[in-house]
Amino acid sequence: MKKLIGLAAAFTLASSLSAFAFDPGKTECIAPAAPGGGWDFTCRQVGKALQDLKIVPGSMQVSNVAGGGGGVAYAEVVSKRNDDNSLIVAASSATATRLAQGAFPGNTMDQVRWIGSVGADYGIIAVAKNSSINTLPELMDMIKKDPTSVSVAGGSAVGGWDHLKVLIAANKAGVEDVRQVKYVAFDGGGEAVTQLLAGSVQAFTGDASEAKGFVDSGDIKVIAVLAPERLEGDFSSFPTAKEQGIDVIGANWRGFYAPGGMSDEAYKYWVDAVGKVYASDEWKGIMAANGLAPLDLQGDQFQAFVKESIASITELSKQIGIVK
Amino acid sequence: MDTLASLADGFAVALTFQNLMLALVGCFLGTIIGALPGLGPSNGVAILIPLAFTLGLPATPALILLTSVYYGAMYGGRISSILLNIPGDEPALMTTLDGYPMARAGQAGEALAISGLASFVGAFFATWGLVFLAPQLVKVALLFGPAEYFALFVLAFATLGGIASRNQAKAAFAAALGLGISTIGVDGQTGVPRFSFGEVHLYDGIDFLVAIVGLFALSEVFIFLEHRAGGNGSDRSMKVGRVVPPWKMVRATLPAMGRSTILGFIAGVLPGAGASLGSFISYTFEKRLSDRNGTFGKGDPRGVAAPEAGNNAAAGGALVPMLALGVPGSGTTAVLLAMLLALNITPGPLLFQQNPDVVWGLIAALFIGNLMLLAMNLPLVSLFVRVLLVPTRYLMPAVAMISFVGIYGISGSTFDLVVMVAFGVIGWVLRKLDVPLVPIILGVLLGDQMEKNLRRAMTIHNGDWTMLFDSWLAIALWSFAIIGFVLPLIVGRYLRPKLADEPIAEGADPD
Repeated sequence: MKKLIGLAAAFTLASSLSAFAFDPGKTECIAPAAPGGGWDFTCRQVGKALQDLKIVPGSMQVSNVAGGGGGVAYAEVVSKRNDDNSLIVAASSATATRLAQGAFPGNTMDQVRWIGSVGADYGIIAVAKNSSINTLPELMDMIKKDPTSVSVAGGSAVGGWDHLKVLIAANKAGVEDVRQVKYVAFDGGGEAVTQLLAGSVQAFTGDASEAKGFVDSGDIKVIAVLAPERLEGDFSSFPTAKEQGIDVIGANWRGFYAPGGMSDEAYKYWVDAVGKVYASDEWKGIMAANGLAPLDLQGDQFQAFVKESIASITELSKQIGIVK
Repeated sequence: MDTLASLADGFAVALTFQNLMLALVGCFLGTIIGALPGLGPSNGVAILIPLAFTLGLPATPALILLTSVYYGAMYGGRISSILLNIPGDEPALMTTLDGYPMARAGQAGEALAISGLASFVGAFFATWGLVFLAPQLVKVALLFGPAEYFALFVLAFATLGGIASRNQAKAAFAAALGLGISTIGVDGQTGVPRFSFGEVHLYDGIDFLVAIVGLFALSEVFIFLEHRAGGNGSDRSMKVGRVVPPWKMVRATLPAMGRSTILGFIAGVLPGAGASLGSFISYTFEKRLSDRNGTFGKGDPRGVAAPEAGNNAAAGGALVPMLALGVPGSGTTAVLLAMLLALNITPGPLLFQQNPDVVWGLIAALFIGNLMLLAMNLPLVSLFVRVLLVPTRYLMPAVAMISFVGIYGISGSTFDLVVMVAFGVIGWVLRKLDVPLVPIILGVLLGDQMEKNLRRAMTIHNGDWTMLFDSWLAIALWSFAIIGFVLPLIVGRYLRPKLADEPIAEGADPD
């Protein structure tokens, strides 16, 4: 009898160790926004890679659950699909920012399980090609001298990630009241860059991927990359903010979370699946083509990373008065 | 000549059997998607993206499939506007104004044929515009800063009086209601939620498709339910009429198509203006220009031709900023843009140089798709008009079902269904009060962008109002707005006094 129990225990242990013992069945990825945005892109690209690499059976269904800047999807996952084992949801720094600022009423980051990242889009600050500004300190000096003379355009709403990046930089550069920095919110990075080209605004804050087309064509001048070190490829000629003495890193990570009630087995399966996609050559090609930089965090590491970034955004938001 | 050579290369890419089949399938599906209330071009394209992935299509065929769906949906939107007074998607809104009265007068076939032809003219010439003018037109988009966009939207609202001929006060009320609805949601310039009552579903505001389907489709269902009690089944005894429009009618609408194509194309080129503004401006401009006998709004074929040429031209125009700047000019191009990115193609200033095969193959496919749509739509007119022969008691449940399925498909949330029903009730009440519904949707569609651009301009210029009139373009737009608003008040008084008391069969009226 003892032997039998031992055997059974060994069997359960073995099956829980093997990631493939879990059958995800019909898989689904929720993009918490309308088709066409970054989350939609994350779901569709990763879904395609999962399918091409034959990690998931068949194809992955992408559902768009738009609304509330991701809040509708978050609330739905927490309240209605809490123990769905075949579901993952696209997330990014914007998700963390909204969680930090309490913009998902009644929801916290502990209600879901964070799976892993698939890359980071580092922030950039750019000016038009014929601008007299050449470095980040020059821009910051202009803001210090007369905050009303510089309008910074970005693709997120006030308090969103594009806005916060500039404020962090201004804070580090010694601007006393960062709330005086003029930020103009547009519907997406593309529109904001267009207004930079049109001369309506003096500077642009966004992600490297949003600016790529315009950097290649030479229409805009990147004055700072908000990365720990210089990016590879097309962006390698642009200095980081750190090099210029303003120590600020702004990474818009992309990744996934899963329902909080997901079984450990399923959670392991998804952590493994996202890790495999990240390590594949196919994904490296996608990252290079879209200006995504490496950010390789899965499972517990990723959970800790999200927690830390939420804590720092909460602190910053309190400082600038977005959160009371 | 380089351009034509590139275009020829494009045709070489597009004219394969597989691509032609994809274009055919796309055009057909697009027409149906466009005709169904609630499903517009952007949903249609989004729905078919997984199909393109599953088929493992490379970039050019995938784009050909999706743009065929896009153009097909722009064609298809008019069908339910004309036959049922329910816009199939938001750019087809203006087509209800004259299309439905035409159908009621037994001219459904003619209205469908004229609008199909107008769609073709708009889309065809807009594609030529895309071929020759794309690089130059990008410069036009760069002339528009927030102040100029605001002036453009003011211009749109200043000519609003043109669409509701019976009671200006009720039209103004409806527009104000729409503007009010557009303020719901998180305010981008401060990050503060407005009128959301802590409900996270309202943070992004009211989706205009939800509002359109509720106001038009569901209120129609409610009115049917109300009348059913009286046993009145004869309210839809329409004649189908002839299918081929007389040449005289076609010729009369040609100038309207031409003017509207130009206006619609320009509106399409501007990111943030889009097809709805294109069809709206085309209609009001045409009405101001050629409505000498007060026939607009009562079933004038030109009132059908103008918005259809306008919105299809805008669809072509919207591809200019998408391809040349990587900035979507409309919701649908945003989806197409995501598709391009997913295929590892970076749209932007260098796209024409880096991926000429994709760009020119796509443009060639647009020409092919257009011809297919024309060839498909004209013979099918006789099929479409048979919808009118379906008894209302079968038609209305179908309309209700399609509305619910379509709206649920957009967001996957039951909250939107509740909002839609609420709009249906509002629409029913407003129809009883004889308030036109079209200005409400225009308020919702345009008000949001109008406010955002005003706020942006104010932030950039530190609250200095005079900066709204700082460029020649802004001043020109403001002048047109003032002329468009004041002139009809003066001229109209002398030219059309006799019309004031005439009963008018307006499109948005209850039965």
